[in-house]
Amino acid sequence: MEEIKQDIKQPQKASETKTDEVVVELKDIKKAFGSKVVLKKVSLTLKRGENLVILGRSGQGKSVAIKGIVGMLTPDEGSLKVFGDEVANMDEKQLKTLRTKVGFLFQSGALYDSMSVRENLEFPLTRVLKIHDQQDLDKRVEEVLSSVGLKDAIDKMPSDLSGGMRKRVGLARTLILKPEIMLYDEPTTGLDPITSREISELILEMQKKYKTSSIIITHDMECAKITSDRLIVLNDGEFVAEGTYQELEKSDKEFIRSFFK
Amino acid sequence: MAEVAEQEIPWWKKWLEETGEQVSFLSGFFRNLFSGGFEWSEFVRQCYEIGYKSFTLVGITSFIMGVVLTLQSRPTLVKFGANSMLPLMVCVSIIREIGPVITAIICAGKISSGIGAELGSMKVTEQIDAMEVSGANPMQYLVVTRILATTLMIPLLTLMGDVLGLFGGFLAVNLSDHMSWMLYFNKCVNSVGFTDLLPAIIKTVFFGFAVGFIGCYKGYNSNKGTESVGIAANSAVVSASLWIFFLDVVAVQITQLLFY
Repeated sequence: MEEIKQDIKQPQKASETKTDEVVVELKDIKKAFGSKVVLKKVSLTLKRGENLVILGRSGQGKSVAIKGIVGMLTPDEGSLKVFGDEVANMDEKQLKTLRTKVGFLFQSGALYDSMSVRENLEFPLTRVLKIHDQQDLDKRVEEVLSSVGLKDAIDKMPSDLSGGMRKRVGLARTLILKPEIMLYDEPTTGLDPITSREISELILEMQKKYKTSSIIITHDMECAKITSDRLIVLNDGEFVAEGTYQELEKSDKEFIRSFFK
Repeated sequence: MAEVAEQEIPWWKKWLEETGEQVSFLSGFFRNLFSGGFEWSEFVRQCYEIGYKSFTLVGITSFIMGVVLTLQSRPTLVKFGANSMLPLMVCVSIIREIGPVITAIICAGKISSGIGAELGSMKVTEQIDAMEVSGANPMQYLVVTRILATTLMIPLLTLMGDVLGLFGGFLAVNLSDHMSWMLYFNKCVNSVGFTDLLPAIIKTVFFGFAVGFIGCYKGYNSNKGTESVGIAANSAVVSASLWIFFLDVVAVQITQLLFY
């Protein structure tokens, strides 16, 4: 048990890559769907090399907050800047460029189920980076699959993969474009504790290898403990607490402490 | 609360919103069609999926339609002593109307619902979102290829269906009378002209476009949730079928004005 704890603590030194440069800045963001207000005046910053975890109960608008970063949703009010540029003011070309720099790992992995693992990984390379040399494609695909430990699954179909493997392939497909920012939408949901831990450690390992800044949305405290440099807690559309895992664990607010039980 | 809000929206406002979304989707299709980077391999794959894999169904249905049409028409023509006109009647009916409409309706049921369910399922499992956030273009890969494939393949399926329908007619004629294939073929060829064939083929291009467009629109815009996949497939069939009949009425009117 002690050994595991040490394993968990050690990778947290990934924060050594952190700088003061702000790569994502949300200021007073408000978003409503019909009459339901999901985000009320939400503000946050993500620094280069930092791992920021957003905690919160289901349906509190955690995913909505990060979908705006890649222009999938437009906030009703407030400012959302990525690398200093306002996302709402970007045209289609600028948005496409931004999306090559920001990777998004979906909760389900979102693998293209009509394509093999190889084709899934080649898809962004041929469409976004316009790489068509088969040797180059093979090299990049094999390299990133080795990083996530799934080189043997290269010719399998998504339906042949387990939940954890699908997440790994999803992560590999996102990392293959070498993004500067990674957004993880509940990366460990639906996985058993051992696989969850493996995915959390993989996130940290990939952050070190590819030097990414990350926002991780989760309600898995083990994942938060392993991956976070800083945590923010979202409740009723507002951020109600911010700090390191250790700080929030000792919070005087019962609601915050309830996440750690 | 959301349900209450939804109920309060008047039907005409919903209809206008839906129409606006369809126009926007249509403009997105044309913008992506001419923006370069055409997905040739996916287009060829879709032509195979849509065209080749529908051939058996369309072929059998058209053949049976030819047989049934001939058997049903014969007694009436015999009453007027016009049974020699049977090949003419069957041929004109199949080429002008039955071939194009039956083929398109079959394709609405098979292809439009298939596209609606496939894209709807991709939407629900966030595959379309994943394509979009990776910087790839899902409209170009998923929508443009499918719509173009249906627009090309449905006219071809119709032509093949027409031939099989006429062959069915020939067999049915020979159940009660004796007519050689050459005579039947000559009667058929002499009974139809350019003004019969061309409008029929042109309208199948529009039918094909409608089948692909509606399937893609319904699937691509399905709401999240597994239930919406079924809804997308079902509404794709209903809408595509209605559009086929509507386009057919328009096509008949235009043909009448131009050729008769």
